[in-house]
Amino acid sequence: MELTGAEILIECLKKEGVNTLFGIPGGAVIAIFDALYDEKQIRFILTRHEQAAAHAADGYARASGRVGVCIATSGPGATNLVTGIATAHMDSVPIVAFTGQVGTAMIGSDAFQEADIIGITRPITKHSYLVKDTSELARTVKEAFYIASTGRPGPVLIDLPTDVTKAKVEFVYPQKVNIRGYRPKYEGHPQQIKRVAQAIREAKRPVICAGGGVISSGATKELRELAEKTNIPVTTTLMGLGAFRSDHPLSLGMPGMHGTRYANNAIMESDLLIAIGARFDDRVTGKLDAFAPSAQIVHIDIDPTAISKNVAVDIPVVGDAKQVLKELNRIVDPKGQSEWNEKIKQWKKQDTLSYEASSTVIKPQYVIEQIYEVTKGKAIVTTEVGQNQMWAAQFYKYSRPRTFISSGGLGTMGYGFPAAIGAQIARPEDTVFDIAGDGSFQMNIQELATVVQYQLPVKVAIMNNRYLGMVRQWQELFFNKRYSATSLEVAPDFVKVAEAYGVKGIRVTHPKDVRDSIQEALATEGPVVLDFHIAPEEKVFPMVPAGKAINEMIERMA
Amino acid sequence: MKHTISVMVENHFGVLARVSSLFSGRGFNIDSLTVGETEDPTISRMTIVVEGDDRILEQVTKQLNKLIDVIKVIDMTGENFVERELLLIKVAATPAMRSEIMQIVNIFRAKIVDISFNSLTVEATGGKAKIDAIIGMLRPFGIKEIARTGRVAMLREFRGKV
Repeated sequence: MELTGAEILIECLKKEGVNTLFGIPGGAVIAIFDALYDEKQIRFILTRHEQAAAHAADGYARASGRVGVCIATSGPGATNLVTGIATAHMDSVPIVAFTGQVGTAMIGSDAFQEADIIGITRPITKHSYLVKDTSELARTVKEAFYIASTGRPGPVLIDLPTDVTKAKVEFVYPQKVNIRGYRPKYEGHPQQIKRVAQAIREAKRPVICAGGGVISSGATKELRELAEKTNIPVTTTLMGLGAFRSDHPLSLGMPGMHGTRYANNAIMESDLLIAIGARFDDRVTGKLDAFAPSAQIVHIDIDPTAISKNVAVDIPVVGDAKQVLKELNRIVDPKGQSEWNEKIKQWKKQDTLSYEASSTVIKPQYVIEQIYEVTKGKAIVTTEVGQNQMWAAQFYKYSRPRTFISSGGLGTMGYGFPAAIGAQIARPEDTVFDIAGDGSFQMNIQELATVVQYQLPVKVAIMNNRYLGMVRQWQELFFNKRYSATSLEVAPDFVKVAEAYGVKGIRVTHPKDVRDSIQEALATEGPVVLDFHIAPEEKVFPMVPAGKAINEMIERMA
Repeated sequence: MKHTISVMVENHFGVLARVSSLFSGRGFNIDSLTVGETEDPTISRMTIVVEGDDRILEQVTKQLNKLIDVIKVIDMTGENFVERELLLIKVAATPAMRSEIMQIVNIFRAKIVDISFNSLTVEATGGKAKIDAIIGMLRPFGIKEIARTGRVAMLREFRGKV
């Protein structure tokens, strides 16, 4: 049967099992929205800004493990997606973004709402397509979903000129994908895996560093098996939080700039560092020359370009974390508790993450601990970026994959709230908490309308210190307290803003009310904004100053 | 050091931009880049000559491989390969100077492809050293214009020791 390009697009989405689409309509995509109008199988979520549509698709993907899909019109609609696409690219999140484009005959003529979105997004997509003929549309969509979700996942963009979505052709959905330049390798080389097993056998002070790749490959069970079988302690990067239970005796928590002292010490003293699906970001390594000076480095990663990019690797294993770990677990020798385990136990006792409690002002760390307790550790937590993100990483204990959703690589303020929308739609039964800052929340605050429209019970907890707090912290510590442009004194009344959208708002100014307010939020059926007025000058500690080795940490003043 | 990289790519629009932006995004200046169809019309071969630190170039080679449209990457550096470039050069030449220029052209086994009252246009092919040499020899006559294709390269079939 002959279908229009727009109808073909909808059919393709259904074939790919897509049931949710985030976006905003516009002139160049009207035909697609017309085809969507009668569609029952696909739920369209109208966000109030295209950036939020991209983040929501990203949050949906991270919470579910499926591909998130968003759509925007040409020109400004498309450029508004850019930050969301870049966020997904840095954190290897599978999304497919559709953008409208002016008609093929007008491309390059500076037509109304024209932007070269393929050119603009080239460095921040895994791949992109400009569809010039409707007959290529079905194959293109099939390839896009395949590329986004396989290998190292990432965003794929499809640009759709208006004439391509209007023309009619015979619809045939291809059964298979065959891209000769793209053959992701899942199985690790057996010889390399043997070398890893040998290195583990010989190591006296081994450490595992698990990253986001463990979560995206679904390798948490295999990771736990490896750690328990060999008694190797595990540190999880920001992207890896939830890949290994943080209350496990072998857990070291997070490494790096705001990680635990014992994770950083363990890395620095290790003689074998096994990185799995982690990419040695500068926030993890600190001063590169001083990083893990006596360690032999094993790197298991599906992306060959991640290997030896920042840190020279001794034993690379290119492959999928789950498959490689399965193979490794089969051949690795069990190891008992060692002196190393004992030493780490002592470190963990001495250096627990802590803060100075207060009975008069609200400490953000206390709020996060209370959220953890009230939700019994079962919530999906999304974060904005900055202090709120680090406190959420430090003081909520994650035990399951896909429950900590945060912009790690790009560090996008304004990410958490729309990501929470995506996560809530992907996992309607779960409690979703966006741990926000007052600065970040205002970057996508308009999405309050979206949670009301679709009755999404997302809870937002604002750590309101009236500052761009992380920058303020750096100014205090490294720039002689010259607080240039970091004060947000002029701020809205968040409770009133919430109420104006039809969302329940609760202001909390005293520590004694923190727990009750969280309970009240959870007992409320719909969305809630909790505005916690926290100690304005509270800082994130410990901290590795930029450019220092990771064992040169600053602690809070006691 | 100088690297000669051969990249087999899908023959569609947009591929050149993806490849070249990998280099420009890292602040690399490409010495020369040529693209042309291969024996399979759906595949183009790019020959890229670039100067850069070996470690960074290894990264770039991996990044090239990661592009969906790239089918194969061969870094020919250190291998035995044939490399050629084509030169068109327009030299100022009064009738009196023509024979001297023609001698140089013969020595380099080049060709004269255009002539006028005050110029000769020469076509030459060869490796970089030969092309540089003929330009050097013609320079004293006065060079009006130069067009070089950039290098194409191919691995030699017999690479062993005799």
